[in-house]
Amino acid sequence: MLLSLMGRLLVAHRMTVLAIICLQLVQTTANLMLPTLNAAIIDDGIVAGDTPAILRLGAWMAGVAALQVGTAIAAGYLGAVVAMRVGRELREELFAKVQTFSSQEVGVFGAPSLVTRATNDVTQIQNLTVLVFTMLVAAPASFIGGIVLAVRQDLPLSGIVMAVIPVLAGLMLLIVRRLIPLYRRGQELIDRISRVLREQIVGANVIRGFVRQEHEIRRFDAANRDLTRNNLDSALLVAGMNPMIMVVVNLSSVAVVWFGGHRIQSGQMRLGALTAFIAYILQILIAIMMAMYVFTTAPRAAACAERIQVVLDTEPSIGGPEPGTALSAASPQKLPPPEQAPRSGRGPVPEGAVEFHDVAFAYPGAEAPVLSGVTFTAAPGTTTAVIGATGSGKSTLLNLLPRFLDPTAGSISIGGRGTRSLPLAELRGLISMVPQHSYLFSGTLAENLRVGGPDASDAELWQALETAQAGDFVRDLPGGLDAPVSQGGTNYSGGQRQRLCIARALLRPAPVYLFDDSFSALDYGTDERLRAALEPALRAATVLVVAERVSTIEEADLILVLEDGRLVAKGTHQELMESSRTYQEIAASQLVLEETP
Amino acid sequence: MSADVAARGGTAAAKWRTAGRLLRLLKPVRRRMAGVVAATCAFAALNVAAPKYLGDATDVVVQSVVGGTFDEQRLGRLLLAVALMYLGASLFSWIQGALTATAVQRLGYGLRAAVEQKLHVLPSSHFDDQHRGDVLSRATNDVDNVSQALNQLLNQLIMSVLMLTGALAMMLWLSPLLAVIALASVPVSTLITVLVARRSQAHFTEQWASTGELNAHLEEFFTGHEVVKVFGRQEAAAATFGESNTRLFRAASSAQYVSGVVQPLMIFVSNLNYIAVAVIGALQVAAGSMTIGGVQAFIQFSRLFSQPMGQIGGMLNLMQSCVASAERVFALLDAPEIPADAAEPAAGAARAVAVRAADVCAADAESAAAEPGPPGRVSFEGATFGYSPGAPVVEDLSFTVEPGQIVAIVGPTGAGKTTVVNLLMRFYELDAGRITVDGIDIAEMPRDALRSAFGTVMQDAWLFTGSIRENIEYGRPGASDGEIIAAAQASHVDQFVRSLPAGYATMLGNDGDSLSRGQRQLISIARAQLAGRGVLILDEATSSVDSRTEAQIRQAMARLRQGRTSFVIAHRLSTVRDADLILVMDHGRIVEQGNHQELMAGGGFYAALYRAQFAGREQPESVLEPEL
Repeated sequence: MLLSLMGRLLVAHRMTVLAIICLQLVQTTANLMLPTLNAAIIDDGIVAGDTPAILRLGAWMAGVAALQVGTAIAAGYLGAVVAMRVGRELREELFAKVQTFSSQEVGVFGAPSLVTRATNDVTQIQNLTVLVFTMLVAAPASFIGGIVLAVRQDLPLSGIVMAVIPVLAGLMLLIVRRLIPLYRRGQELIDRISRVLREQIVGANVIRGFVRQEHEIRRFDAANRDLTRNNLDSALLVAGMNPMIMVVVNLSSVAVVWFGGHRIQSGQMRLGALTAFIAYILQILIAIMMAMYVFTTAPRAAACAERIQVVLDTEPSIGGPEPGTALSAASPQKLPPPEQAPRSGRGPVPEGAVEFHDVAFAYPGAEAPVLSGVTFTAAPGTTTAVIGATGSGKSTLLNLLPRFLDPTAGSISIGGRGTRSLPLAELRGLISMVPQHSYLFSGTLAENLRVGGPDASDAELWQALETAQAGDFVRDLPGGLDAPVSQGGTNYSGGQRQRLCIARALLRPAPVYLFDDSFSALDYGTDERLRAALEPALRAATVLVVAERVSTIEEADLILVLEDGRLVAKGTHQELMESSRTYQEIAASQLVLEETP
Repeated sequence: MSADVAARGGTAAAKWRTAGRLLRLLKPVRRRMAGVVAATCAFAALNVAAPKYLGDATDVVVQSVVGGTFDEQRLGRLLLAVALMYLGASLFSWIQGALTATAVQRLGYGLRAAVEQKLHVLPSSHFDDQHRGDVLSRATNDVDNVSQALNQLLNQLIMSVLMLTGALAMMLWLSPLLAVIALASVPVSTLITVLVARRSQAHFTEQWASTGELNAHLEEFFTGHEVVKVFGRQEAAAATFGESNTRLFRAASSAQYVSGVVQPLMIFVSNLNYIAVAVIGALQVAAGSMTIGGVQAFIQFSRLFSQPMGQIGGMLNLMQSCVASAERVFALLDAPEIPADAAEPAAGAARAVAVRAADVCAADAESAAAEPGPPGRVSFEGATFGYSPGAPVVEDLSFTVEPGQIVAIVGPTGAGKTTVVNLLMRFYELDAGRITVDGIDIAEMPRDALRSAFGTVMQDAWLFTGSIRENIEYGRPGASDGEIIAAAQASHVDQFVRSLPAGYATMLGNDGDSLSRGQRQLISIARAQLAGRGVLILDEATSSVDSRTEAQIRQAMARLRQGRTSFVIAHRLSTVRDADLILVMDHGRIVEQGNHQELMAGGGFYAALYRAQFAGREQPESVLEPEL
């Protein structure tokens, strides 16, 4: 997972990577030459008593050292740039991927986990890439170089090195294998930590209101303890790795002197070779330590790579146009709308006409469907209202239209074209929406409104605010349109937020408008003025409204009454008051609420 | 120029203070840290001594070549000693590593706990103007970075410093002349480190600041992804994200390569040093003042000396990155807190309020008739408050609520209704005036005691990750299943919970996204019902609940409210008609107060609101009249 992910990303930078490898090879070679030159100083200079040779070889060593520092710095520079680019690209890919996700996929991972993956997890991979460039290229080179030179110095003595390598490899494998699951769990626990913290920030007032700080501290503490324990387990493993390897390598240098001493004694080896040999062993030790450093970072990065790859491999349940209808989607303007629904006999369907045909929706694995058998038509210039008990499927119905969810049965068309046959961008271009959660972004009011109409002038913003009955309070704000908005819009009251979201939707002219319970936090006076103001603004559009109050929807051209996901009645207020028991009950209950003392 | 230097000096001093503070965090584990230092000393001593004996062993071999006698026994003894030293060194290194790991993990644990506990004492306003994602990044990314870096730093830094001193001592002992040459590299290395560190620190600070910023962006876009999609703003969102992504990339790569220069330079200095030692050592051997074994040992020591120097240089980026993250964590920990609760006398009184409130709950089950007057006399006296200075949201608010009364707050959206509740619960502190509960100024009560008197249903129904049962139980920890189900039934949670496959064990995740807003409101009503506090506050508690359900809940609530002071914020004026006191708010002021009849008779703002609400509603009324 880690290898394929990094391999894929590094291929894009293969020229730079190649340059880094070359530079590192030069660097390592230079580094390896230094003990050889030193051995030459001892054998040809000191033992021979040749001072000019010592100085000449010393100058050589200085030159080689200069070459080494130059190449090391260049390689470090390139390595840093490539590693950070890899990080940037990974974050970009993750971000782009999540943008294609439907609510379901975002829900499966959870926003906090997706954020952790795009930051903390990517950082781990980035760190590993830096290490790989500074060490993993140099380490094997200096490792193999060290071995080659050791063998060249004295073959029999190299047997010690050869015996030690498999022991070290075995030890490392053993430890790394235990590390990976620990690190994987560690990242999950970081997710948990950030989820708890996030909830505590969002719910600060509720926690304080119920005086449950102690409970929250305990809840966090449990997560914190788990994370700490898990981290400690992996840290202890890593802490054990270093001394184990050191002892193996150091003991082998002792063995070198013992056996080397005997070989020199019997005249099979020169004296300088022993000094050089110890230097090579040190070289090999450093190489192994470097590799180890990488190997202790790698398991965590591997766990992170898995988590990133899972996100990248997730296919959004809602994609582009369906294969079967791709043709009509490719050239929607030229082709006459294909017959998606039975009504196509009457020539071109108006752009904003919305048609649900026997639509059902069920969450995967759920026993009961959220919606079933919903059929209705909403024509441009009319308002269709959806009413029903809490949890009866009203919002789900609305969310099917912009394809936040796809129906599990039946078809939905807009302007005579099936929603699945349209590219998502085009489909959503036909819809302007006020979602149930009136979410605003941090920034200024104007920036938030321009989410709806990017090119809208200040005058247009004000006009939309006036229509949404938000002009008055915005005018009173210090800064007006430039008044700050905190994340989610939490510095505005529920009613203010809803009106700002309505203004945002109004700034985006579209043939279809969706209002998902958008008036619930408004007082009656505002609600009424708002509806009066909206009427001319949306005269030509198809309007779908989810509401709880009968008064909000009384004037709708068509009212759909939902009960347990089924459409139990439809008609105008008048008709329903006469024919639908459910509707009568709803209306009666509101009158009870409103009129009985 | 001088000002610039001074400013830089100031920030440098700040960095050192941060580093110092970070080290002070190790205080609770100081015994462990002493163990770390002791183990490291032992390790360093053995690790430094071993090459000396290895050098002696080499000399035995050299003597055999030069002098002809090969003392195999001496070689064996020396090598055995070296082997034991290396074994011991590894043992101590392991002890040191394990102790450091536990110390650092404890420190990380403590930092995370401190950040979390800080969240509970930050004023609510802190969350209004700080990005949630940035706060989260400090608690996860930065703390993680600090502990990861610290683990390596403590392991290597202590060891490097000790190795440095140990090697220096041995070198001085072997050859003072060569030691002086080796020491010449120290100022050079220090100079390089200081020069580079000065340039790279800003990049590290920027790196972690942009990580926080990026985190905040991601938080927003992933949370509001539906809005982004429905308005086709993916490209704009991607552009904003791309900008901060690039900023992070620039800062991170600059930090990385500027600080990455240090290690190669250090190695260069150490190589030059090595050459000098080799050349001069060779000359000394030629002059007969040193043995070959001595030179060989010295060369090994100069390696042992320069290697930690290089390592310290190489740790520069870790150190700086660590300090940059620590600064951000400390900044959060140092953010101004809610002023501390006033001490004893008032606290006692407040507890009395809470206790009496609890009494009422207890008595509720039996009969509230014979009880002494319940608590809950709430009085606002000239309360004034604004979220930002100079822009009061509520102004000069004065009213009194008698125990057991129902108070309704009505008025147009944005009139300041929710703010009244926020002030009563002391989520925000008044700018002027005072609020009393049972005659005690709430500013003098401990906040928790004050809040224990209230059962609240907030405008935004907040649920946490956990089962539905846990979310309801939140109101009263340790409540029995029976009590929970009773509360759920009264608030109509039971009905829809039973249709869920897992019932009360159904897990809610991600802000309870799987439920509709109305269902979430119902659960938070159940939570408040279960809590059964003395004063009930309902802020638009049922705005997204369908009216049939709401009517039924109202009946249940009426029972709950009996004998309790309650505050109700609602848009449906019918809900407020039977209130004992109606406060009509507009633009942060109370424009009218009284009961329904009085206000209607007054023909003012309330009467106008009321008429607007029921304008054109005669028809359904007449249809249904017979049924009522």
